[in-house]
Amino acid sequence: MIRILISIIVVAAIAMLPLLGDNYLLRLGTMFAMYCVLALSWNVIGGYAGYPSFSTAAFFGLGAYTGAILQGAGVPMFAAWIAACLSAGLFAVLLGMAILHLKGHYFAIASLVVAEVLVEIATSWTSLTGGGMGINLPVLRISVAAQAQLFFYAMLAAAVLAFIMNWLVGAGRIGFALQCIRQNEDASSMVGIDTTRYKVIAFTLSSLFVGGAGAIYASWVFYIEPPDVFSILLSVKPIVMVLLGGAGTIFGPVIGAFVFIVMEELVWRNFLSFHAAVLGVLIVALIFFLPNGILGVIRRRRAARSTEGAAS
Amino acid sequence: MSILTLQGVSRTFDGLIALDAVDLSVEKGEIVGLIGPNGAGKTTLVNVVTGALRPSSGQVIFDGTSIGGRKPYQIGRLGVARTYQVVQPFPEMTALENVMAPAVFAAGASDMETARQKAREALEFVGLADSADIIASELTLAGRKRLELAKSLAMKPKVLLLDEVNAGLNPAEIDGALELIRKIAASGVTVIIIEHLMKVVMTLCTRIVVLHHGAKIAEGTPEEISKDEQVIKAYLGKRYSQNIAGKADANG
Repeated sequence: MIRILISIIVVAAIAMLPLLGDNYLLRLGTMFAMYCVLALSWNVIGGYAGYPSFSTAAFFGLGAYTGAILQGAGVPMFAAWIAACLSAGLFAVLLGMAILHLKGHYFAIASLVVAEVLVEIATSWTSLTGGGMGINLPVLRISVAAQAQLFFYAMLAAAVLAFIMNWLVGAGRIGFALQCIRQNEDASSMVGIDTTRYKVIAFTLSSLFVGGAGAIYASWVFYIEPPDVFSILLSVKPIVMVLLGGAGTIFGPVIGAFVFIVMEELVWRNFLSFHAAVLGVLIVALIFFLPNGILGVIRRRRAARSTEGAAS
Repeated sequence: MSILTLQGVSRTFDGLIALDAVDLSVEKGEIVGLIGPNGAGKTTLVNVVTGALRPSSGQVIFDGTSIGGRKPYQIGRLGVARTYQVVQPFPEMTALENVMAPAVFAAGASDMETARQKAREALEFVGLADSADIIASELTLAGRKRLELAKSLAMKPKVLLLDEVNAGLNPAEIDGALELIRKIAASGVTVIIIEHLMKVVMTLCTRIVVLHHGAKIAEGTPEEISKDEQVIKAYLGKRYSQNIAGKADANG
């Protein structure tokens, strides 16, 4: 109950951001919401199910291109976003059935290659995607400030939906099945879990809102090109965020996304010429010293305190 | 009526014959012992029955339906449970959560609370009620073996296949396990047990099946098996059978 209350307060506080009237903060808020969508989605397949998926970029890019192409064809923006969710989801179902029987490193590599294949397709199918030239999206006829607010709220809505999805998965039957699969897949099928079905469900859930976020991103920046929306960083960053915050937890991905974006901004500002290197070192250090994420540390502290209390 | 029937079940691995046209019929309520030297195909037989492996040929019939080639989760839901030679817990979950998994997914508990209740009953049954909140990987080996039994029982099985549940236990723990297996059988579950400890097989089983090089070479009551020439040659050894015979004479 308290956790629901905290969630509502946090979301409400973030939703007040436009009131500050600071465009830099608003852009940062939109990025944070987008990172939350990616991290919360990856948490379902990578955190709960323990399948190290590198497909986030593929879903994101697919969603971005679906949104861009549909909007270019005159489909209303909002409908194009929904269609982007569905196209990413459908793609995930098919891809999942093809590669989810692979385990560990093999699965990781198979999921990684997918984005590369999509980049090639997007680059060479010039008639549909504009190829390497990219696509321009229709310009909205509202003020720049209104646009910034619109996309901020759209991304925030996607993040809230992803958060609710993550919560329902974690608290319900699906999450239980996924945790069993992560800890012992053979034993899972022996106790009656249809492992293939649950893995495909998890993979699909991890794609839906990422596709939507891709389409919102495309509408937001007005112009997309293959290396931008299929960037490998889009697959790697959410993994780092989830590991930072705590994998397979409800709040971990959000905490991780927040810490990550703060680090990214601070490093970017202070080490302009070699920010990527500094960020990389920071990430390695954090994961090295916080193997179970920030929530893991808090939990261990709490557990230690409660056993002390019991002993005394 | 037999609850589990194997008709000419074979399984080959790249030409190597692991199971060779095995016929087997298990009646409801029996405790059947499956013995044989290492590599005789005992575990392969369990894997074929539970769906971990497909039979290369032949029929597996459980409770009137053919289950050969079905997936493990489907066979599990029908009512066939197993334990592994090496324990297979969900290591990061508590004992209770471990047992809730089969209650939810195999026995089809309608909600988590019902599943928790069923899991508690199963833990109680195997004598692990006090360890319900302990993380599975922190249980003793004997505890983890009992946990495996509790997980199997939470599936509401009609047939339970036990693959060397007693391996690695000390004599006192074995006695406890034997008592538990009897209790499980008495509750109406048909038990098929793979075991190397002859003491266990001889005292527990109503019938013994002997596998050698993947083929069934003998079948009968413990007494018949201990006198069977082929079995003595392939598995028991001369001295063991003389011991048994000696004891029988002394008793008689």
